[in-house]
Amino acid sequence: MAKPILTIKDLTKKYSDNVIFHDINLTVNEGDTIVIIGPSGTGKSTLLRCINLLTRADGGQIWLDDQEITAKHCDEDVVRQHIGMVFQNFLLFNHLTALDNVMLGLTKVKHMKPEPAREKAMQELDRVGLSDRAGHYPGQLSGGQQQRVAIARALAMDPRIMLFDEPTSALDPELIGEVLEVMRKLALEGMTMLVVTHEMGFAREVADRIVFLEKGSIVEEGTPEDLFYRPKHDRTREFLWKITELYGKKDAGK
Amino acid sequence: MIKWLELFQRFLPEFLKGTAVTLELTAVGLLLGFVLGMLLALARCYGSKLLKTIAIGYIEIFRGTPLLVQLFLIYYGLPSLGLTLSQTLSAYLALGLNSAAYQAEYLRGSIQAIGTSQMTAGRSIGLSRWQTIWYIILPQALRLMIPAWSNEPISLLKTTAVVFLIAVQDLMAKAKRAATATYDPIGSYLAVAVIYLVMVFLLNWGLKFLEKKTRIPGFEMEAKKT
Amino acid sequence: MNVARFLQYIASGTAFTVGVTVIALPFGLLLGAVLAFLNVYSGKMVKNLTSIYSTMMRGIPPIVLLFILYFIVSGEINLSPFWAGSISLGIVSSAYQMEIIRGAILSVSGGQMMAARAIGMTKNQAIRNIILPQTLRLAIPPWSNEAAIVIKDSSLVYALGVPEVLRRAQLISASTQQPFLAYAAAAAIYFILVFITNRLLDALEKRLRIPANP
Repeated sequence: MAKPILTIKDLTKKYSDNVIFHDINLTVNEGDTIVIIGPSGTGKSTLLRCINLLTRADGGQIWLDDQEITAKHCDEDVVRQHIGMVFQNFLLFNHLTALDNVMLGLTKVKHMKPEPAREKAMQELDRVGLSDRAGHYPGQLSGGQQQRVAIARALAMDPRIMLFDEPTSALDPELIGEVLEVMRKLALEGMTMLVVTHEMGFAREVADRIVFLEKGSIVEEGTPEDLFYRPKHDRTREFLWKITELYGKKDAGK
Repeated sequence: MIKWLELFQRFLPEFLKGTAVTLELTAVGLLLGFVLGMLLALARCYGSKLLKTIAIGYIEIFRGTPLLVQLFLIYYGLPSLGLTLSQTLSAYLALGLNSAAYQAEYLRGSIQAIGTSQMTAGRSIGLSRWQTIWYIILPQALRLMIPAWSNEPISLLKTTAVVFLIAVQDLMAKAKRAATATYDPIGSYLAVAVIYLVMVFLLNWGLKFLEKKTRIPGFEMEAKKT
Repeated sequence: MNVARFLQYIASGTAFTVGVTVIALPFGLLLGAVLAFLNVYSGKMVKNLTSIYSTMMRGIPPIVLLFILYFIVSGEINLSPFWAGSISLGIVSSAYQMEIIRGAILSVSGGQMMAARAIGMTKNQAIRNIILPQTLRLAIPPWSNEAAIVIKDSSLVYALGVPEVLRRAQLISASTQQPFLAYAAAAAIYFILVFITNRLLDALEKRLRIPANP
């Protein structure tokens, strides 16, 4: 029986008169990989930030498992221990080594003892293929390596769901593959993931569902098959065609 | 509070006289510092090895020692070497020589930011080295340094406050007189502090205005990194 | 005239000069750092109050502030000119240090705070573990400048009668009729102090630098 990890109901966000998105409804079940696509500036990043409460939405509710995290009395910091977030610009802690970056959440937030924390951190670094770079500083790592450390850092907290905000958009082309590979592996291992990306190949092969967000609302939602081969809206077809042209992947739906 | 306002009112004419002297000191120091500073910066950037060393030495010494010591050296020390200057002249000289070291650094910064590419461009159309410096590099460098340089007039204004220690009759000297007359040092110096604040505020405003007027879009320190 | 004794007399004032600096700088650092963090991370009222403090203390000549604070401090508590002067200089310096640290905090990117919150850290945890260490490193070069300024400004306590280097130079120049030499010696001592301090802080900065490949 599919169990919903994340439920979003009628979520709305605006900056003064500018409506970023409105009445967003989305359910993410355990083990799902949901990919959100859409033109730039349609609030996809803002949506993710509302989910882990870095930004407060103006209307609607969000449930993590069966707890309403948008409720007033909810402790944001505790919630964020259960939602992992990977940023476009990696945002590694510049003054710490890769290992320390991954360990910090464990020692300071989860209050683990140093030795078990180190062990777990090394495990996560290994999971993303970077255990040999544990002692390197962010400035000594390539973009792809930094992003993988960022993923390890988020994974170390054992989140219920992982949010990815255009994780490869800031990377040089030849480094994108290593990050997508890690994400692919994660999805196969059963991690619940919500990914904002332009990487159509990844969406086609890995996503359980794709959500097309445009002008602040969900235009269409469905399996990759549905969207690429049988899109219900012209806008969806147009966007996918443009995007796959740009990113040079195989033909989109005819 | 009332007593303080009375003190302020009573000594206002004296304070204003002192303010005029302070402003004079700032202006002369700034001008002297500007001219000498420019020479130092040019020597530092374009001079022979000897000139470069002298310029660097000068700048290090004047930035590495307190103004008060420089002032005393000039006013009390020079006479024993045969050169006796009045209090005011000593103050002008000390402030000017001191400010020159700082202004030289501002100009050096912006000359280096303009970079060798401008020199190359100037030489490539047949201008001599000094022509390029005068017609191409300096105009740009002076423009570019304005935001950073505007710290100097304000800094200098505050620095002039020590010259009362060699009996120059600036605003601080008047404060001291008021303090002795009223046995209220805190009130007197507070009064003068207010006047300095007002001067700094007005000066700041004026400089911001200057900055805005002379700004060329896209031509800022960060943009130039050749 | 005995050159050795001459120089030694002036140099013995160095203890006072160094003493004033060693009290004023850390005092200014503590106060300035607290004010800087309050300014960046607190509500509107505290932010405005700290900004006003900074603007005022930096808009008044240090010597004027020195005199005011000295008379206030030594009026309330019976402190020697040395202590009153040192604390006053510390208060003056705190405003400049506040601006330095504030600038450093702001140049640590906002993304760092966001990343820290994203793994569940509280605001205070983020400040302590992520923002502060990076701020300290960024602040060293401009702070080195401020340290040099405090060393030079310590000469102002001459006006309070503290027997530091400048006061000693003046006393001995009177008795030996060698003013130029006396003040030149004083200048040399300040120069050496500033030089050493700058070199030490440069070395510290290098030591703390985070490795990065070009």
